[in-house]
Amino acid sequence: SEDMEPVNMESMGHPEIYPLVLTTKTQEIFNCRIDEDVTDEQPYKLINKEDIFEDLRNRAAVSDFHPVKKIVQEYPGNELLLVYDKDFKYGLNFYLIGTEEGKENYLNPPEVPEEQEEYKEHIPEDVYIYKPPVSKPWVSLGSEKEIEEESVTESTKQITYMISRKRSEFGAPIKFSDQNASSVKDAYIECTAYPDKNFTLKQLEKDVGMQVIPQIKDISTQTKWTYPKNATTQYYPREFSEEEKETLKQSKPLVDFLNNASISVEIALQQNEIMNTFIDDWKYLAEEEGTFGDKTDTYLKEYQSFTDLHSPTEKMITCVSWHPTIYGLIAVSVAVRLSFEDRVHFSGKLLLQPSLILFWSFSDPIHPQLMLESPDDIFCFKFCPSDPNIIAGGCINGQIVMWDITAHADRIENIKAGGSRSKRATLKPMFLLEPESNKEAMYIRHCAVSSIENGHKKVITDIHWLSDTFEINRMGSVFENRSGICCQLVTCSADCTICFWDIRPQKPLTPQTTEKKKEESIEIPFDVPSTFLHLDLSWKPLTKVRLSKGETSLDHCPTKISLNEDHLLCKTQDKMLAQSKTEKAEEMNPYHNLESGMANLLKPIDDFCTKFFVGTEEGEVIYTDWKMEKDPETGRLMSKKPVSHHTIHDGTVHTIQRSPFYNDIILTVGGWNVAIWKEGVMTGPLLHSCCAPKRYTSGHWSLTRPGVFYIGREDGYIDIWDLLEKTHEPAQSQNICITMITYIKPWIFSSKQQFIATADYYGTLHILEIPWTLSRPSTNEMASVNHYFEREVKHLEYVEQRKKIREQEKKEMELEMAKKKVKTYQKSKEQMQAELKMDYESYLELEKTVLINLGLIKVTEKGSYMEVM
Amino acid sequence: MNEWTNTGREPDPLPSFLPGPTAPGLGEPQAEVEETLKRIQSHKGVIGTMVVNAEGIPIRTTLDNSTTVQYAGLLHHLTMKAKSTVRDIDPQNDLTFLRIRSKKHEIMVAPDKEYLLIVIQNPCE
Repeated sequence: SEDMEPVNMESMGHPEIYPLVLTTKTQEIFNCRIDEDVTDEQPYKLINKEDIFEDLRNRAAVSDFHPVKKIVQEYPGNELLLVYDKDFKYGLNFYLIGTEEGKENYLNPPEVPEEQEEYKEHIPEDVYIYKPPVSKPWVSLGSEKEIEEESVTESTKQITYMISRKRSEFGAPIKFSDQNASSVKDAYIECTAYPDKNFTLKQLEKDVGMQVIPQIKDISTQTKWTYPKNATTQYYPREFSEEEKETLKQSKPLVDFLNNASISVEIALQQNEIMNTFIDDWKYLAEEEGTFGDKTDTYLKEYQSFTDLHSPTEKMITCVSWHPTIYGLIAVSVAVRLSFEDRVHFSGKLLLQPSLILFWSFSDPIHPQLMLESPDDIFCFKFCPSDPNIIAGGCINGQIVMWDITAHADRIENIKAGGSRSKRATLKPMFLLEPESNKEAMYIRHCAVSSIENGHKKVITDIHWLSDTFEINRMGSVFENRSGICCQLVTCSADCTICFWDIRPQKPLTPQTTEKKKEESIEIPFDVPSTFLHLDLSWKPLTKVRLSKGETSLDHCPTKISLNEDHLLCKTQDKMLAQSKTEKAEEMNPYHNLESGMANLLKPIDDFCTKFFVGTEEGEVIYTDWKMEKDPETGRLMSKKPVSHHTIHDGTVHTIQRSPFYNDIILTVGGWNVAIWKEGVMTGPLLHSCCAPKRYTSGHWSLTRPGVFYIGREDGYIDIWDLLEKTHEPAQSQNICITMITYIKPWIFSSKQQFIATADYYGTLHILEIPWTLSRPSTNEMASVNHYFEREVKHLEYVEQRKKIREQEKKEMELEMAKKKVKTYQKSKEQMQAELKMDYESYLELEKTVLINLGLIKVTEKGSYMEVM
Repeated sequence: MNEWTNTGREPDPLPSFLPGPTAPGLGEPQAEVEETLKRIQSHKGVIGTMVVNAEGIPIRTTLDNSTTVQYAGLLHHLTMKAKSTVRDIDPQNDLTFLRIRSKKHEIMVAPDKEYLLIVIQNPCE
């Protein structure tokens, strides 16, 4: 019965009201007798909690407050409100209000609901009467406790410090210094970490989800991968040994198999021999597809021309060379246009003017890009094939001059960019162009010159770089070149010698040379690179080959040479080699470290052809050897005698050139005619043109068409020969300028653009564009030209044979003639006399008849008249 | 050179054993092998001839060793593949001859159960 839940009037909307029955006895105890203590005016009574408890204790279950015992126990306040329910609103005569709030509500009922009922009777059109709020005493509901909790108060009293320092010490320069923290005591404070037990938690509970699943198995292995590395496998194929092969060969199955198989194989082979079924006839029928440009356009078109306007004297161009790598850059060497006597006469004036090699670029026709200075006029020069920044030139005084333009390489490489900008600018008159173009041509002094005493004595007529695949020593023997760069030169000069030079430093033979060097040391300007410092003024040739004519003291005077080397002129073939070499050269320029290659022991190359062609001033073409041999008598090194020697041309041979397509076909131009030779055919030239009306002054093979070559004449015409068209005269002739053409050099820039540089006697360089027809070879042109040369070789052989046959015939004829003469001489003397007499008598008769006819002798007898008749 | 006429049919197979007046039986097959191979090699345009066994190991060749090994290995695989292709399409069919025409040469392979005869010819002039 104690567990009974007190019943409240929740159903009626008053959950705080608990109806009670109070017996008279209880009423007397609590002084709430009906109509005495509790009346209509005051139907309630506040009862102390203690009293209720006492009553409960006294009367226990009998007590009327028993059902609400729990409420009373839980009641927060001290006094409970007991209300007399006269009308039995809640079913019983008393009720207890179980909450403080309810008590308050009862004691001070809110007027609103009651008043609302009253006001409903009123019409709402009444204006709301504003009642200002009336201040009431503040009733604490517990909020001040919350505020107290939330507010921040100072737990401790604040401490104030005042720190002062002398004013002069502020802003003073600070000096920091280092100090080792451990050396000074108490220089640092450490907070070491330590495990604090307060913060170590031991997990006592764990929340884990569980699920039933089919059985699984997890297995893993760990591989140890320390670092990635390449793995290679080396294997060799299975092979039979010799004995096994023999046994197999003799086995019957093999024999049978071969017999059977060879039949079908032979059928197949025969089929291929009869006809090639896969040939596309249409393809081979057609000529070139799609020509670029007009086919009828066969003339060389003028592209640009360069003249040096700044030189005081008249100059002529002696040699032209295109820059091997940079597009649009061409170098010319100019020399003064004076005869030898005039040179001597004006030598004072000439000394003041520098001799130059000019670098012209397509983008700037007025100003040369670079000017290389040399001690005297240059007559021939060449770019080094392995490094286009090294240039070697031959001087008129017999010296070789070397330049190194590596420092200026950037400048000339980027010319095109600057040039194109200036082209887009509007055209300005000439006098404005000069100050605007801020590019002044740079004068570059030469790097090294050869020794004057030991080199050539006369003008150097030709200079070549030796290929970088071989090098030669003092004897002329050929060795393998390990350094991979061109390091040797060959020059020929009018003093009848051909010299081989090495640009690497030679080991000094005697200590005297070092002393000499000290005496001769000349101050070198600081901007000259020291690449060839070891050579300057002390450079001696490696070997000298003298072209002697035998016993006489006169020697051949070489003008041009042509060595048997790889096609250094043909640019396209060299691209692959050049690429592999530029990769090497980027690490370190080998020309700046020439000594490194000297110490290697070189392997001699055995079957190297050391022969070469020389053209001389007298118009001879000589084929000789550069290897020196020991003279058996004197023991000295002597140059060999020439292998073959022909006089073909009527004037100086100024061009000897190997064809870019065939290594053994040489073109020689000199005097008034042209000759083509084949190396190995000693009897004569394959082609020997007849004399032309004008002298030929320069020549060059075409770089793309095997049968075409260009010849320059002394009247400014270029003759274009095409061996497939005509071989007795040029196919085309075109006028370029008014004066003699001194040099021709074609060059390929792309498959569609080919230029030919023509230099003339008045110092102007003309650049002409080669039309499509002249630059593009037709299909099978190479094979056709090859056939032509083979035919010519056969013709020469035939001629030789015919010569022999003719000689034989001649001999036979002479023998017969001689025999006949011997026969007729056998007549005897008597016969001769008888014959003479008969002759005399017949003569007398003849005399008589003639006289009678003339009427000088009278006819004496008639009979004789008849005789006469 | 012998004269070859196209009769339109395959010639009769040669007898496998040629009775010789002098040589005993042992030396004959070897000489015959040599003679056959020489005959094939002497055809116009033939670059090389080789005989390879069923595993791709060369037995007899006219080319250098590295080239031979390469050809043997590669062509052996190819022939096996070709044979299995033909057989897959029609199980009663079999590969008799394989000709590979390339830009530069023609390779001819005559397969057999145990051996392979490879000939390389350059058909153009």
